[in-house]
Amino acid sequence: MKARIHVFYRDGVFDPQGNTVEESLKRMGFSKVKHLRIGRVIDLEIDYPSKEEAKRDLNKMCEKLLANPVIESYKHEILDT
Amino acid sequence: MKAGVITFPGSNCDDDVVDSLKRIGGFEVEKLWHKDTPNLDSFSLIVLPGGFSYGDYLRCGAMAARSPIMEKVIDFAHRGGFVLGICNGFQILCESGLLPGALVRNLNLNFICKDILVSVNDSDSPWTKMIEPHSHLRLPIAHGEGRYIIDEPGYEELVNNGQILFTYSENPNGSTHDIAGICNKTKNVFGLMPHPERATDLRSQDGMKIWNSLKSYLGCPS
Repeated sequence: MKARIHVFYRDGVFDPQGNTVEESLKRMGFSKVKHLRIGRVIDLEIDYPSKEEAKRDLNKMCEKLLANPVIESYKHEILDT
Repeated sequence: MKAGVITFPGSNCDDDVVDSLKRIGGFEVEKLWHKDTPNLDSFSLIVLPGGFSYGDYLRCGAMAARSPIMEKVIDFAHRGGFVLGICNGFQILCESGLLPGALVRNLNLNFICKDILVSVNDSDSPWTKMIEPHSHLRLPIAHGEGRYIIDEPGYEELVNNGQILFTYSENPNGSTHDIAGICNKTKNVFGLMPHPERATDLRSQDGMKIWNSLKSYLGCPS
């Protein structure tokens, strides 16, 4: 099965890159844009007998390496079955 | 006294650290490879040098913090061994959980390479005992991700325990409360963004003061 992990700065951690890109979009005329944040997407193929077991390990992977819980939050999804 | 300097793939200040440790004398210096898992019992000091370990993949210091040798370093630190992380080494110490908080992109998104002044907040540590409190050191910085962040309860803990050893006189990167270098509660693990090893020659010798403090604390022969 395929999984996709999204990692973003936690609320309250300032993202200067997101802020700069947001300002650019506004300058280009997209005045309705607000609170743009840039994160990371990690795609992986995994082999688990069930979604539940996959999700349990995905949590562990995020906690131990793929996200830094001090500054980042994450979510993951199974893309197919 | 034996000092170990770890080379990760992408470390580029390891030889500078070795050179400055040899220059101050008193240390027998050994370079260590990140994939090895040596017994660190005979070492007094382990240094994690600056650079771009693992090309800064994922997050600065994230991959290096999971290197085989880091299990040994974490164990060494928990037993009271002295560990110094400079720049990328500081990022590795935060990623490994030996120091609280995290280091992220500079506020202005630029890589900043220049000399700065840090104020020495606390002389009650092995790393600063020979430095006059509230005096200033002139040290070079060279980083793109040196903005130290920690939540407010974490910051209060740092203050209450005297863990903030260095603050920037003029904050270059947006660090929380101007923090440039912190140690752990027991003060045997120290991480800082400026490079003391690059201030041990004719240009500036302020970096020597950190080495000399530790040397004096350890009772190193000069």
